[in-house]
Amino acid sequence: MSDVAIRMEHVYKKFRKGEVYNSLRDLLPALTGRMFQQEELSETDRREFWALQDLSFEVKPGECLGIIGHNGAGKSTALKILSRIMKPTKGRMLVNGRLSALIEVTAGFHQDLTGRENIFLNGTILGMSKREIESKLDQMIAFSGLEEFIDTPVKRYSSGMFARLGFSVAAHVDPDVLIVDEVLSVGDHVFQQKCIERMREVLRSGAAVLFVSHNMKTVAEFCHRCLLLDKGKTVNQGPAEKVIATYLQKPSMQPAVDSNTGPVRISSVRVRNETGESIRFESGQKMWVDVELAAHTRCPRMSVTMYLLDQNLVEIFETSTDRLGHGTFDLEPGDTYRCTFELHLNLADGTYFPSVLLYRYDIQTLYDQCEPAATIYVSSDGGARGIVHCFPRVIHQEICRAADARLAGIAKDPASLRRFDSEECA
Amino acid sequence: MKEELHELYKYRGLLYMIAYRDIKVRYKQSIMGFLWAILMPVLIVLSGVVVRFAYAMAAHTSLQTADIASVAVKSLPWAFLVSSIRFSCLSLINNKELVTKIYFPKEIFPIAAILASFFDLLVASGALALFLLALPIGWSLYMVWAPALLLTLVLLATGIGMIVAAASLYFRDVKFIVEVFLTFGIFFTPVFYEVSLFGEKAKWLLLNPVSPILDGFGACIARHQSPNLPWLTYSVISALVLLIGGYVFFKHLEPGFAESI
Repeated sequence: MSDVAIRMEHVYKKFRKGEVYNSLRDLLPALTGRMFQQEELSETDRREFWALQDLSFEVKPGECLGIIGHNGAGKSTALKILSRIMKPTKGRMLVNGRLSALIEVTAGFHQDLTGRENIFLNGTILGMSKREIESKLDQMIAFSGLEEFIDTPVKRYSSGMFARLGFSVAAHVDPDVLIVDEVLSVGDHVFQQKCIERMREVLRSGAAVLFVSHNMKTVAEFCHRCLLLDKGKTVNQGPAEKVIATYLQKPSMQPAVDSNTGPVRISSVRVRNETGESIRFESGQKMWVDVELAAHTRCPRMSVTMYLLDQNLVEIFETSTDRLGHGTFDLEPGDTYRCTFELHLNLADGTYFPSVLLYRYDIQTLYDQCEPAATIYVSSDGGARGIVHCFPRVIHQEICRAADARLAGIAKDPASLRRFDSEECA
Repeated sequence: MKEELHELYKYRGLLYMIAYRDIKVRYKQSIMGFLWAILMPVLIVLSGVVVRFAYAMAAHTSLQTADIASVAVKSLPWAFLVSSIRFSCLSLINNKELVTKIYFPKEIFPIAAILASFFDLLVASGALALFLLALPIGWSLYMVWAPALLLTLVLLATGIGMIVAAASLYFRDVKFIVEVFLTFGIFFTPVFYEVSLFGEKAKWLLLNPVSPILDGFGACIARHQSPNLPWLTYSVISALVLLIGGYVFFKHLEPGFAESI
């Protein structure tokens, strides 16, 4: 085997934004229309943009490279080029040996087939032979922990079970190059541990791993080296800790257009709770975020994204009007748009930064961004640490003393204490 | 192109798997199970019989066994053509997840759709064989033409299938246009009637490359004749041109699939 597992050499990828005719009904009138009159397309709509510029890196067997960056930095595009789903506009890339991608592990599943049938289907899609799948079938089923449900159609599975089955198939492909993209966010704690162990195994077996994540803790733990992307350009490349530090220090990506002259800008963001307080919140309280936009030119297909950063500027939550089911909206010049997000602050003690951005996904343009839009301090009763507050309480506790074999029951909940007593009496 | 064909061969396991999935899902979903494969051909045969009956009434003759056999024999290949073009047209759009997420030669989807339709044809052929035995229409050596005709039809379907699959990925209304052609195509193809009815003008009808193939089925099975060889050669050439052209067209557009779907 050669000494390089992945090599990207000056890879560029260009996307075209603006009008795309996706039906003949639209295309034919547009073609004839263009013959008779020169249609005015706005300059920004006609422009092409580079999703990736001059991306070069190498990964050696047994090495793990992390790719980090904000949304729209080009991480997914890089992975898609690497897994050959997209062709680079310019540049060369080389992958030595079998590539396996944990990008969308459930992509090959069919809802109406059983878990077992789906293992065969997905395994074949991921490049395994039928014999190979048969030999690993028991292992895969055991890994997923779905022995009981393996002959049930996967449409009856919960989303966690679905993802677990997908991951167990993908994890049993013996790859020379493994691409992992944010899949560790699925499944419960035990399953995540299994996945991390599996990734370590793959690394130990001498395969190269490419890891994309927003979770800096996992990236720091896993990756030897890191690459920081911003708007398609490589900002920094080197030892993981150093690159992560750069990423966290970096305030944020700059809006693609100047916010005062741009087509649309965020004119105000206000954070408040029920009583009008805007800085100090209690865990579990509701927080309202009022956003106001002002449009200067016509802006189609807009959506407002609201996200929370923790004190290390790591994004811990993100949502958008589009994703919340309100779709995208069009603004005409002079229009004002207002919306209010409501969030339950299931957060532990700490400082958080609510932020807002205006992004159009179909043409990958950031119009305006307020980061941070506000600073809030969340306080809880002190029983919780970490990022989220799960409102815990102890409902049962017992110690079996070896000396007198006497059971001692302590419970905060009087109901469970009583139950415990009655059991002892019986 | 040699490299691409080699890659397709390498992924043949996946091709069978996707075809198997399509068949399995189709039969699992429908309460009727295997009757599904028979339903469409039976409907076509019945409508053919009605049309033939109308002819006979107009000509003041009676409906012949040979007429029914001819309609039945031509209906099955027609049903196969319609279902393979219909399913391959939708094959890429319906597998959006796989097209955008995982790399493999994407012609697998239309080809698998055609294999699945071919499976339906085999099931229906079993039923047809019983029907023809019951009629009965007798045997002849000309029947050995049938596999060759079938192969030509499969190649033709594959070529068209790849073209409409790729085109419908780029233009969302292609599937409606294809549907219209599939619905009315039966009037431009000798399924219910015989080419010979047209006398001198038959050649215009035979320009449709499907016509000589279907007419051939009627000739070699129902009428115990040899197919019209010059016109059949024309069909074979058309099928090969469509197959190669369709493949090149598909492969040319393939790199843009993930971005355009």
